[in-house]
Amino acid sequence: MELLVFLILFPLLLSGLLVFIRNEKTRGLAVIIGAALAGIASLFVLASSFTDKATYYTFPVGYLGLIIFIGDILISGYLVFACFKARQYLSTGIVILQLVLIGIAEFLALSDHSQVHDLLIDQFSGIMAVIIGVIGGLICVYALGYMREYHERHPERSDNRAKFFAVLFLFLSGMFGVVFSNNLLWLYFFWEITTLCSYLLIRYPETDEAVKNSFKALLYNLVGGLFIPIAIIYTILTNGTGYIAINELISAGPAIALVPAGLIAIAGLAKSAQFPFSSWLVGAMVAPTPVSALLHSSTMVKAGVYVIARFAPVFEGQMIGIIIALIGGITFLAASCIAVSQSNAKKVLAYSTIANLGLIVACCGVGTPAALWAAVLLIIFHAIAKSLLFLSVGTVEHQIGSRNIEDMTGLVTRMPLVTMMILIGISGMFLAPFGMLLSKWASLHAFVEAVPPYGVLLVIIIAYGSGITAFFWTKWMGKIISVGEPKTGNESLIPKTEKSILFILTLLTVLICFCFPVISLYIIEPWLLSIYSSVTTMLSLSNIEIMLMMLFLVLVMPLLLTRFRRSAIHVPRYLCGLPETSNAVFTGSCGITREIALSNYYLEKTFGEERLSRISVGAGLLLIIILLNIIIIRGGL
Amino acid sequence: MNPFIAAGIFIILAPIIGILIAGTDRIITARMQGRVGPPILQPWYDIRKLFEKRQVAVWGAQNFFIFCYLIFMIFSGALFYAGGDILLVIFAFTLAHVFMILGCYVSFSPYAHVGAERELIQLMAVEPMIIITAIGLYQVNGSFYVGDMLNHPGLPVVLLPGALLGFIFILTFKLRKSPFDLASSHHAHQELVKGSTTEFSGYTLAMIELSHLYELIVMLGFVWLFFGDNLILCVIAIIVILFLEILIDNCTSRVRWQDALSSSWFVTLALGAGNIFVLSLM
Amino acid sequence: MVCYTRPWCREYLRTLINVIIMTYLQKSPWIIHYDASSCNGCDIEVLACLTPLYDVERFGIINTGNPKHADIFVITGGVNELNKEVVRNIYEQMPHPKVVVAIGICACSGGVFRECYNISGGVATVIPVDVYVPGCAARPESIIDGIVQALGILEQKKLGMKAGVEEAV
Repeated sequence: MELLVFLILFPLLLSGLLVFIRNEKTRGLAVIIGAALAGIASLFVLASSFTDKATYYTFPVGYLGLIIFIGDILISGYLVFACFKARQYLSTGIVILQLVLIGIAEFLALSDHSQVHDLLIDQFSGIMAVIIGVIGGLICVYALGYMREYHERHPERSDNRAKFFAVLFLFLSGMFGVVFSNNLLWLYFFWEITTLCSYLLIRYPETDEAVKNSFKALLYNLVGGLFIPIAIIYTILTNGTGYIAINELISAGPAIALVPAGLIAIAGLAKSAQFPFSSWLVGAMVAPTPVSALLHSSTMVKAGVYVIARFAPVFEGQMIGIIIALIGGITFLAASCIAVSQSNAKKVLAYSTIANLGLIVACCGVGTPAALWAAVLLIIFHAIAKSLLFLSVGTVEHQIGSRNIEDMTGLVTRMPLVTMMILIGISGMFLAPFGMLLSKWASLHAFVEAVPPYGVLLVIIIAYGSGITAFFWTKWMGKIISVGEPKTGNESLIPKTEKSILFILTLLTVLICFCFPVISLYIIEPWLLSIYSSVTTMLSLSNIEIMLMMLFLVLVMPLLLTRFRRSAIHVPRYLCGLPETSNAVFTGSCGITREIALSNYYLEKTFGEERLSRISVGAGLLLIIILLNIIIIRGGL
Repeated sequence: MNPFIAAGIFIILAPIIGILIAGTDRIITARMQGRVGPPILQPWYDIRKLFEKRQVAVWGAQNFFIFCYLIFMIFSGALFYAGGDILLVIFAFTLAHVFMILGCYVSFSPYAHVGAERELIQLMAVEPMIIITAIGLYQVNGSFYVGDMLNHPGLPVVLLPGALLGFIFILTFKLRKSPFDLASSHHAHQELVKGSTTEFSGYTLAMIELSHLYELIVMLGFVWLFFGDNLILCVIAIIVILFLEILIDNCTSRVRWQDALSSSWFVTLALGAGNIFVLSLM
Repeated sequence: MVCYTRPWCREYLRTLINVIIMTYLQKSPWIIHYDASSCNGCDIEVLACLTPLYDVERFGIINTGNPKHADIFVITGGVNELNKEVVRNIYEQMPHPKVVVAIGICACSGGVFRECYNISGGVATVIPVDVYVPGCAARPESIIDGIVQALGILEQKKLGMKAGVEEAV
């Protein structure tokens, strides 16, 4: 238990300290030490979770609930103040509504609060904790070098790095709280901390666009967050305060837990940017890249799918679960389609994140052990690969001055190491034998056995989506290895913190694929056994051997690259015989010297963002309304 | 049969059978056009000749990717005939194709670039149907393993007519035949010179040809899966399907990528997805 | 030693040696056809060879439009200033071994247009030519005959390549 409290409180204290550190070197040291401690502690937490059943902790301190409530009031107060000052009246209203609701919930829960376990630790929390601690820690260290360069390139933006890193650690603390909370009231408190941090961090550049997008993100997350107090109130009114704990709800089964789980799932859908709530994540890309990597791909959005995954046993075989799965599936398909037409690298990554979160939500909505297994694997692999990609794009952006994929042509000659890391990151997102593909494979296996005929619907959606994801990832990969004119670059200009973190993340992406059988056998499967009564064997051993063989091949083959590079006589490209130099320059008609300019297909007419967003937001809205209807009918309100 | 032996037989026999099929294809095409046509072993002569040419390239690295393409194509085919998980075979295929497309991108040549983009569109058009075929076969056989499917006593095609028709539709993409030979074509001039294979020569081109042959044999293996244990019916079906493909190839002209993509997705939805949806309700 | 005296044995050894050193370039010659300011008369005759009447695909000949895939460079027309570089470029992009067949009298020597200010006077002024097929326009039978002769030269070049003799580009 000490570890859990340490992980929640230590970043909080560090955050408070970091506000006051002005010296850059001291701050750097503090951040590195803090990240290292968080990472190591989270690994210990994972190690301690290897038990047959989850472990719960209660705090004998009675007034801790009151402190949490005061925390809620403080956060809401700050948000009211910020929204009112910016004339965001809708958000102000929603914050006040939230405060009222949580006040009612607290009041109702006041009587016998101490009966419920407050914190829990099991393998799933352990995995999430490691993701937050290790990957979050790595991103915080990366941010040191990145933010220094950021302010060098944008001297007009005010340098509030002390506040920046403080909020980063506050966020880490909040995330640890989310994954360790068993008491729904505590979950709500830490959830709101993450919403607050997201708002502050998106707002960091203080440009008009950033402010606007930060309020949009705040609005969507607040609307989602509304449903948690509603769920709490509903639970207390129908079943008493004994059930405001996650473990109680899950063990009580769908009869009692389905309605609160559905309501909390809506909150999760909003936080993980599923349609119809997805536009906040795309807008959040204006924030500095470490923020995008940490909040909007690896960690905060994972909190959304985390709660849905927690309640997956409740959703199994239920209509509500199927609707949630369909929302996830449609999000996967629509976001993949939209990503095809984007040329801004961060937007591609954002839509790809939304798509993968949709896949995770679909697995959780189905709720069978096999699906949940796939979901946890997806969470792990996605967190690592996506953060690697975001950080690489951040580095590339600082070196070449642009986020556009079209400007990354021939990156392999300018920045060979970073290009290799991007290639590994992208392969990690959709190619066999890397992790995401493995998880997608597992999810296909899970869907075919799911509730017929909806499982097949999901399979059809995944089938279409997987071809589309191959399209936009491969054309990005092709772009960066496409060499027109070999340019020399200087990779030594990249800050050391950035380079080392990228290297560590690349290594992790590869190693985690080798370790997945161990992770599955010793961590995930025991956890599934503790929740479900029976668990069929997952991916069989022969398949694992084949995947490892493929992985070996894919890693060993590049050693042949140098041999091939020297094996051919160099001749010009075929331009119908027109002579061209190696610089991709040729003499065109009328004797005009032209450069070869090649751009990728973006297929705007078919996959345009505007049109598809409208359609998918509409579809998502429809499904949410259906979901709410079912919840209301079941809730008997 | 021992999976390693099956894989070994595939690796050795597939080019031979592929060459014979490709040669017959060219002869039948020629006869349909009123010509005589090359000898049946012509594809073998082509590949063998390509090994005798000096290697030229825009960048040597592009040959590396094609080598990986060949290796993974052989790997996926061997996995298929060794009886592995059909979804893994499909994903290994995608990996092989991605390597080839990356090889086309490396050279930064206009024709190869457009060819690579069109290859990607072809990949996007084909992938849903293949996955849906795999799922349909799972629903009939109860197992994802090709080994079980090849020995299935009944006739899966009776339950999967839509899936078979949809599969034949996308087979036109896979065999690079009109009207869907967008990216590269065995015919003479096309609007992209040689499309995605423009900047390759010598043994690299031979590797691409070999990969096409391996792919042909695995695609015919997929057709075999529809017929289970009934080999005679399977062979007749393969002959009919290949003849149909050659006929369609000679009667149609290439379509734009928009039409190729939308028609393929529509056929996948109507025939393939409809088929497995109905099966899941039964 | 005694087997050298038997004719069937000599025949067998000759075939064996042929198979070992045989090149497949004869069996699968791919051509690239370029019009270097020709009047298109010879080009039409070249294309006629691909039609069912003459059907050169019987010999495995394919008209690829891509020099990197081609073995035989079939060129018509006397070369002018604008396409001198193009002809040279296409020739350079072809991998060894390669042969050039000049079709029509214009490609051989410039023909009627030899004295014109803009015509270089045949393909040989730009790239080395291996087979000349005169005629205006050259008949398909002559063209096929010329290509068959080019195949023999191609094989010689390949054997030369194997022996390490490189031809100048």
